[in-house]
Amino acid sequence: MAEKILMKGNEAIAISAIRNGVDGYFGYPITPQSEVMETLMKEKPWETSGMVVLQAESETSAVNMIYGGACCGKKVMTSSSSPGVSLMCEGISYMAGAELPCVIVDVMRGGPGLGTIQPSQSDYDMIVKGGGHGDFHNIVIAPASAQDMYDFVDWGFDLAFRYRNPVIILADGIIGQMMEKVEMHPVKPRRTAEDILRDAPWATTGKTAGRPRNIITSLSLDSDIQEVFNQKLSRKYAEIEAKEVKYIEYLTEDAEYLFVAFGCASRICEAAVDELRQDGIKAGLLRPVTLYPYPFTRVSELSARMKSVMSIELNLGQMVTDVRLAVEGRCPVGFYGRQGGNIFTPEEIVDAFKKFNNLK
Amino acid sequence: MDIAEIKRPENIVYRKPALITDNVMHYCPGCSHGTVHKLIAEVIDEMGIQESTIGISPVGCSVFAYNYIDIDWEEAAHGRAPALASATKRLCPDKHVFTYQGDGDLASIGTAEIIHACSRGENIVVIFINNGIYGMTGGQMAPTTLIGMKTSTTPYGRDPRLNGFPMVIADMISHLDGTAYITRQSVHTAAAVRKAKSAIRKAFEYSEKNIGLSFVEIVSTCNSGWKMSPVAANSWMVENMFKKYPIGDIKDVLK
Amino acid sequence: MKEEIIIAGFGGQGVLSMGKVLAYSAIMQDMEVTWMPSYGPEMRGGTANVCVILSDKKIGSPIVTKYDTAIILNQQSMDKFEKTVKAGGLLLYDPSGITRHPERKDITVAQINAIDVAAGVGNSKVYNMAVLGAFLRLRPVVEMENVRKGLKKCIPARYSELISLNEDAIVKGSESVLIINEI
Repeated sequence: MAEKILMKGNEAIAISAIRNGVDGYFGYPITPQSEVMETLMKEKPWETSGMVVLQAESETSAVNMIYGGACCGKKVMTSSSSPGVSLMCEGISYMAGAELPCVIVDVMRGGPGLGTIQPSQSDYDMIVKGGGHGDFHNIVIAPASAQDMYDFVDWGFDLAFRYRNPVIILADGIIGQMMEKVEMHPVKPRRTAEDILRDAPWATTGKTAGRPRNIITSLSLDSDIQEVFNQKLSRKYAEIEAKEVKYIEYLTEDAEYLFVAFGCASRICEAAVDELRQDGIKAGLLRPVTLYPYPFTRVSELSARMKSVMSIELNLGQMVTDVRLAVEGRCPVGFYGRQGGNIFTPEEIVDAFKKFNNLK
Repeated sequence: MDIAEIKRPENIVYRKPALITDNVMHYCPGCSHGTVHKLIAEVIDEMGIQESTIGISPVGCSVFAYNYIDIDWEEAAHGRAPALASATKRLCPDKHVFTYQGDGDLASIGTAEIIHACSRGENIVVIFINNGIYGMTGGQMAPTTLIGMKTSTTPYGRDPRLNGFPMVIADMISHLDGTAYITRQSVHTAAAVRKAKSAIRKAFEYSEKNIGLSFVEIVSTCNSGWKMSPVAANSWMVENMFKKYPIGDIKDVLK
Repeated sequence: MKEEIIIAGFGGQGVLSMGKVLAYSAIMQDMEVTWMPSYGPEMRGGTANVCVILSDKKIGSPIVTKYDTAIILNQQSMDKFEKTVKAGGLLLYDPSGITRHPERKDITVAQINAIDVAAGVGNSKVYNMAVLGAFLRLRPVVEMENVRKGLKKCIPARYSELISLNEDAIVKGSESVLIINEI
């Protein structure tokens, strides 16, 4: 049986990076995710797997370091929290434009501005809808436990390299700071130079006689060439939307009311569903695991037989826009959220649910 | 003498460096970039390091440097080339990694990145083209614009009360322990070109020794931005730029 | 079985590591656990608290507002958490430094003089383990054998000589509980 270790979600990210053959981590301290780099520095992976770990002078520099590392075909990642991720958006856009694989962890806190350091889900729009200038999508995956944090690093790199696209692990202060047991999977070695030449023939590995020079750039200046590239990206996104949607349902089979919640909110929502079921109210939950691509089709199917759908988020109502798009007016769509780093309880969700549905 | 005769090996006095591509350069006539590109291509060729060299191009006139030298390139966001280079070198320590940056890219928006790459002692080469102006965007003030110098955003001349003073980056970073070799050169005469080339070669050689960052500043002209003929621009550079940015070695830890 | 516990006191009292030992011990007993700290700029000397949930089943919310047990180690925490204990629950506290003692009659209230216990064992740093011992006496949610295993997981190998000291503190702590209100 695999060993089970008690660790924080942030620590799980770091340990998973080392054990899954990540080549480099470049970061800058910010609460509530500083344990990622602290754990890496303590573990000294450069002495074992050869992984590079570097504290950058800013988030701007950190994201551009992973840009440089990704150019070489390496598995590189960074992590930050909301204000730092705002700074990284420039680099994320460049990486999307240069079609570079990377994993970026956003352990969200309350905003806008410096905001608070407590947990929040207020970067949904920034990351899922944007994450930088230009016409592009990040692949966005939302963990809900320390085990997810561990598992999503490897899954994230799989997606990033399969589609040559940035992948964002959209976590929050609860998932980052909470300790839970984490099951370790077998160690994956770092890829060799030969592996990289085979898997990433596009990378800046040094121009050899046998091939034209590799140039990693997001610049074209020619509208027609740029448009052809944009359409190529569009086809890639269509493939991602067709193949990579992932969600988890809880008690939806006979449900008459549906909650939609991601990340830590989905766990609290699950407890609310249990409470409602004890009252004889048939509630269910859909947790989108991928936020881009979003499970529009499934939410749409389920909504056809629901009395209502509620989006439960730790923000002012961001994902609810996507829920409404999916429901397309088939039933009423409600929202309940807390902001600023405050966390709702299952009881609060139950109360909000009853109020919205005019139930006692 | 017909063409075939002219092309006979014994008659050839100059040829395009092997690593300069056939792409037509977009630089203005009289610009220093082409000359510096040629020197870098020659050094890489002569050292036999084409397969192990990765260039990082900036944002600015030399954004398309990757079209001209036949090596692998990474095109950075504005000012961030030293961050890309730091990671590239650390992840691929057997490679020769250099950035090619202008004064707007390196000395303005990318100040943090260059200072910290120097401070960390990254084993990379930085080629810094200082012509005191933003060329690509149409001749605006750069951090290195001289006092009194007219640009499109200092139409009455740079006034320190309004615009601050010129930054002397090479001298600033010479105080950082992570730098190994810092020199300031120019490419306005044949002799200067020869000296600049040996400085670039030295910088690449130093980057193999893991002793820190090597920095070659090339004081350059921008005759379009300066609104002068190439010859007049060269004279103006000698009379004015060299006073603020004197030519010569500033630091060499192996001397 | 599900036990929702808040442990609250000053930074430096070992609040977070007590929670960690408890959580790790529960893992050794094959239970599900969550350990969720208050985090932020409040460090040594400031208030610190951690919510530990132990359960036979998968745990939903790692943050709750009502607790089965509150372990309280300073006055600010008493003011904040006495009212959050569920009726029929447990409030365990260290009376030193407490000026307003708990008043509730619908919960079990117990004291542990953990400073004295730690001094008796010979090391003030095992203060938190004395408190843990007292808790486990009142709520034997984890077997002592698994507590020993959990302790080993939490103490780095280079400090292995401290394991028996911590065990002593747990045992002495469990023997030193004083029940103030029984329901």
